[in-house]
Amino acid sequence: MTVAPHVPSRRDWLLTEQPASRRQARLGQAYRTWLAFRGNPLAMVGLGIIVALILVAVFADLIAPYNPIVGGDLRTERLLPPSAAHLMGTDDQARDIFSRLVHGSRLTLMVVALVAVIATPIGVFVGTTAGYFGGWVDTVLMRVTDVFLAFPRLILALAFVAALGPGIENAIIAIAITSWPPYARLARAETLTIRDSDFIAAIRLQGASSARIIWGHVVPLCTSSVIVRVTFDMAGIILTAAGLGFIGLGAQPPQPEWGAMIAAGRRYLIDQWWVATMPGLAIFVVSLGFNFLGDGLRDVLDPKARK
Amino acid sequence: MTPLIDIRDLDVRFTAGASQVHAVRGLSLTVAEGESFGLVGESGSGKSTVLRAICGLAPTWDGTILIGGRALPPRRGPEFFRQVQMVFQDPYASLHPRHTVDRVLSEPLAIHGFSDRETRVERALEEVGLGRGFRFRYPHQLSGGQRQRVAIARALILEPRVLLLDEPTSALDASIQAEVLNLLDRLRTERGLTYIMVSHDLAVVAHMCDRLLVMQHGQGVEELTRAALRARAATSPYTQALLEASRGYTAA
Amino acid sequence: MALLTVDDLRVTFPTRQGPSEVVRGVSFTLGRERLGIVGESGSGKSQTGRAILGLTPPPGRATARQLVFDGIDLNRASPRDWRGLRGGRMSMVMQDPKYSLNPVMTVGRQIMEALKFHGRLSGADKRRRALDMLDAVQIRDPERVFAAYPHELSGGMGQRAMIAMMLVAEPDLLIADEPTSALDVTVQVEVLRILDRLVTDRGMGLIFISHDLRLVSSFCDRVLVMYAGRMVEELRAADLHLARHPYTRGLLNCLPDLDHDRHPLPTLERQADWAR
Repeated sequence: MTVAPHVPSRRDWLLTEQPASRRQARLGQAYRTWLAFRGNPLAMVGLGIIVALILVAVFADLIAPYNPIVGGDLRTERLLPPSAAHLMGTDDQARDIFSRLVHGSRLTLMVVALVAVIATPIGVFVGTTAGYFGGWVDTVLMRVTDVFLAFPRLILALAFVAALGPGIENAIIAIAITSWPPYARLARAETLTIRDSDFIAAIRLQGASSARIIWGHVVPLCTSSVIVRVTFDMAGIILTAAGLGFIGLGAQPPQPEWGAMIAAGRRYLIDQWWVATMPGLAIFVVSLGFNFLGDGLRDVLDPKARK
Repeated sequence: MTPLIDIRDLDVRFTAGASQVHAVRGLSLTVAEGESFGLVGESGSGKSTVLRAICGLAPTWDGTILIGGRALPPRRGPEFFRQVQMVFQDPYASLHPRHTVDRVLSEPLAIHGFSDRETRVERALEEVGLGRGFRFRYPHQLSGGQRQRVAIARALILEPRVLLLDEPTSALDASIQAEVLNLLDRLRTERGLTYIMVSHDLAVVAHMCDRLLVMQHGQGVEELTRAALRARAATSPYTQALLEASRGYTAA
Repeated sequence: MALLTVDDLRVTFPTRQGPSEVVRGVSFTLGRERLGIVGESGSGKSQTGRAILGLTPPPGRATARQLVFDGIDLNRASPRDWRGLRGGRMSMVMQDPKYSLNPVMTVGRQIMEALKFHGRLSGADKRRRALDMLDAVQIRDPERVFAAYPHELSGGMGQRAMIAMMLVAEPDLLIADEPTSALDVTVQVEVLRILDRLVTDRGMGLIFISHDLRLVSSFCDRVLVMYAGRMVEELRAADLHLARHPYTRGLLNCLPDLDHDRHPLPTLERQADWAR
């Protein structure tokens, strides 16, 4: 019997127990995480939805058959039911709902991305700093956090938007400002468990500065659980943005924001159900996608949830 | 000759919740350059706290700690860390779970501004008996003994004079313990290191240390040389009880 | 007659790489004696102990050609039979009392709970027996410990309370998994004395699982040495110095001892065929 010579595949290179370079070690680690993630079908569905959302947003101009802002003939094309010409029907301005949804995905994605980019670092920074130093630093930072936590998010966002003026940009800022406190809480709790561990003591004994310890040693361990939490929150953030849009404080007409579209469609809910339902379904599907994704991420990133 | 480490009247207190714990009470000891000194005691005797006080990890302490004849400042500076390093008990807790061996070893070099990091990291790995193949592994790809070797390499990479060993083998299997003890022994001879080793195991301390101090309730009970320990020449009843217990079970 | 017969015990855990057998064909018989099972981490010694009590954690599976306790075929025992046996006639002491005692119940109530399956005893009787048991495990102030919550006890006290709980029902078989490893050496000896007395006075069978070959050989009558899920050697404790298997010899050899100066210590060269 002859044994075929073993040709090291890319998979073997990634999964080796003896990486030969920093890059190989890091890629191998990422590949292992991916393998674990791939084993969860619901998480893959979630990832699929989010990837689809991104693709739709990027290629909106190619996908959307009509102009999302300028409608058709107001006399003949208003409030048409779903058909081959208008997949999801038209709204009261005779605009194609499908095209508006496709373009609205850009707004949704922008809200989600900007909030994540603004709120996550603030939360992680405040939480790890408070947790690592303790004492009065902790007291001051956490009391500020508590002040923000004391108000329901939508009410606080409303107040901010009322002060800054309505508009999608201000809505994003308001949501970002109101969503970091839970991340700070979470990061602080994680930091407290990490702070007294031997590996932190060891790096302190090497003479590392506090900034180096927080940034290089504490933050990498906190981020995974914060990322999981942010992913779960995405659904809520989309809903808050939609809610602000719904009451007219978020995206302004004629922008195709999903929440604003529901608000516009609610007058026709009984007779022309598709006007409000289609954007509602879009919000539902994307929120579900983020929840599935969060579940999958928690299983691979958060060691405590692992069995 | 002035001793390398001279501790006088060390007192350490913590506040644990509402109550105060007086972990170390008026402890004094001296260790000469190149010597290996043991601290023996049971859990709660304050032996590990002494090490933590020396390297600045214990919050508040009173008394004098002299290293090389100079009193330690309240905040340890980079100078201190290049002289004194520590190896912790639990190799599973003392390595950062998301850092490769390479990062663990190069970070101290980066902090202290060494330029020839590549060669130093590789040499450190060779010295503790782990080849280059281990350089880019994560802790979860290492066994307990291998992790402890990495921890030893990390402690030695700044070329300190003093190594504080906090039960370095108590979390390891017996056969791995022998390998790690041999490694520590060899490194001490090769580099002329000074050790302070904390352990609850009299046999391990007798194997590794020239002199030892038995501790109970935060105080030193009795100081012995290795020869005196072998001759069972302990005078305090507590040390005798420890000696008796270390022989295993004897029917009463 | 043997109290416990174990024949070809196997414990398997499914993993992503397929099933992994952590105990591979362990067989022994136990009389009313002290049997030590020694091995290093991963040798399968703890899983052996758990499997005998039917406590293999899922998704693991334990099988045996024969598993007979005092004439009862444990392979055929129903969950109901098991409940009657565990805690009543068979007991287990774990390594860390912190994880084995219920933190929100007083020690006394937990000990009385263990008497649940033990005939019809009145509350006062149970209380008296619990206090007697605490006294028997050398707790100086049984009344205080009886009313205390686990966190109010030191490690040694907690371990003794745990032993009292496991022994109050007077089991015929006790499996002790590293019962003294979390204890200081001086307390360790006291706990061993208690176990020793129970074997000699009450005729209990004891399986003592430990990594500490010296301790086991000084305490037990017989020693099983396990490596990689297999029994590599079975010996009378007194004949330990006559051990033939290189693993047992290596384990004995690599411990530092007080009386001999051996630099460097001999180390264990693991051979691949030991695990075969």
